[in-house]
Amino acid sequence: MKHLLDFQGWSKGSLENVLETAKVMSDVLDRPVKKVPALQGFTICNVFFENSTRTRLSFELAARRMSADVLTFTSATSSTTKGESLQDTISTLEQMRVDCFIVRHGASGAAHSVNKFTKAKVVNAGDGRRAHPTQALLDAFTLQQRFGSLEGLEIAIVGDVRHSRVARSNAELLPKLGAKVRLCAPATLLPRELEADGVTLTTNLKEAVSGAHAVMALRLQLERMNTGYLPSLEEYRATYQVNSKTMKHARENALIMHPGPMNRDLEIEGDLADHNKSVILEQVRNGVPVRMAVLYHLLVGKS
Amino acid sequence: MNFLIGGIMKNAEFKARLLEPDDIRRAVTRIAHEIIERNKGAQNLAIVGVHTRGIPLAARIAQKIVELEGVQVPNGKLDITLYRDDLSEVGLQPIVRQTEVPFDISSRRIVMVDDVFYTGRTARAGLDALIDLGRPSSIQLAVLIDRGHRELPIRADYVGKNIPTSRQEIVKVKLLETDGEDAVELYELRGEVLG
Repeated sequence: MKHLLDFQGWSKGSLENVLETAKVMSDVLDRPVKKVPALQGFTICNVFFENSTRTRLSFELAARRMSADVLTFTSATSSTTKGESLQDTISTLEQMRVDCFIVRHGASGAAHSVNKFTKAKVVNAGDGRRAHPTQALLDAFTLQQRFGSLEGLEIAIVGDVRHSRVARSNAELLPKLGAKVRLCAPATLLPRELEADGVTLTTNLKEAVSGAHAVMALRLQLERMNTGYLPSLEEYRATYQVNSKTMKHARENALIMHPGPMNRDLEIEGDLADHNKSVILEQVRNGVPVRMAVLYHLLVGKS
Repeated sequence: MNFLIGGIMKNAEFKARLLEPDDIRRAVTRIAHEIIERNKGAQNLAIVGVHTRGIPLAARIAQKIVELEGVQVPNGKLDITLYRDDLSEVGLQPIVRQTEVPFDISSRRIVMVDDVFYTGRTARAGLDALIDLGRPSSIQLAVLIDRGHRELPIRADYVGKNIPTSRQEIVKVKLLETDGEDAVELYELRGEVLG
């Protein structure tokens, strides 16, 4: 494949293959020598126009664990502050023989644009509210590790669905792998167009969570909240917070997930995040082997 | 018959059957004897097969050593995909399989097993993969077939059968566990399969 912008063009088989590879990568990371020469000689460039710590470090580590060279470009310290366009930035970097760009941008569709500007491979590390495919893959990987397979799983995703690229990518990926997704939010934050095969929408938290194998809380994006989507944070908390009371409706061993960073005691009850059913830290850990697998498949596979 | 070579599907014509099931059985037995002889027993020995057909061969050799010496010999599985030096050998979609070496290889004598020894590049990758798992006291190489055309200063310590070939030929090892029968066959490359 030439890119991972979203899951369009990725078959179920190739996605399962990436998850299988992630399992091997995860074994590599458990060894005393946590490194393989698989991407020796490749140069990978992180291009981050939006703040991110965990995703950037996770990609950087993934690349290094496979012996690739890594450059990191953050817009705050770059020529973009001098007015350089995205296209010029990418063309400039491409001349330095970059094999793969990892792009994080606040604008939906930015990674697609980068992909048009370059012959190098492109991985979307989050573009606006559109997609964050490696997050969805690491969520799928975490579920697969715990349940063996995603076939027949019911996953509730609760919170600010409207502004969430994580919700969109999961709603695209998990049904491809055989799971059912229920998106839950107040009506103002629940865009109707997300309804699809294997994806249902509801404004009722109890309904979303009932019988779920996992409940994923989304970060309430406070910086986007001053625009009348919610009457008050108090009301949101009272109606949509994922807490121990919510979890009573889910299956007994249902997992608690969150893509981070969390607003503790807002979208998720603080204690619940530390509960033994919480796999939030496991999600972070799984980010590295999953991104290793994605980079390996893009760079070594033929497009 | 079609073969996937360097990610390209190629057609090849059957030429000859080189080994029968009994030949393979005898070769495995002889390799097991030689391993025991060279290592003065089976103490501290472990057998590691390289994906795909090295794995059943390794299991057979380990089993034979147990029969001959009465000593358990741990055996493991090695995938060398992440250690390849020639990425053109990887197909459209790389398949990475699990390495399972459920014992500490440090200070052990390791016998690495593969079906065919050709350029030596798989063996080279296998050496790197093993050394990343620990520090064995020695690594030896056993192969069912040595077909010539070495490109690296690596040679096998134990060889089931030497079969000089041309580069236009393909040596196909079939094993009961992976292919439903035991045989070694020779094919001649014809060309790329289109479409």
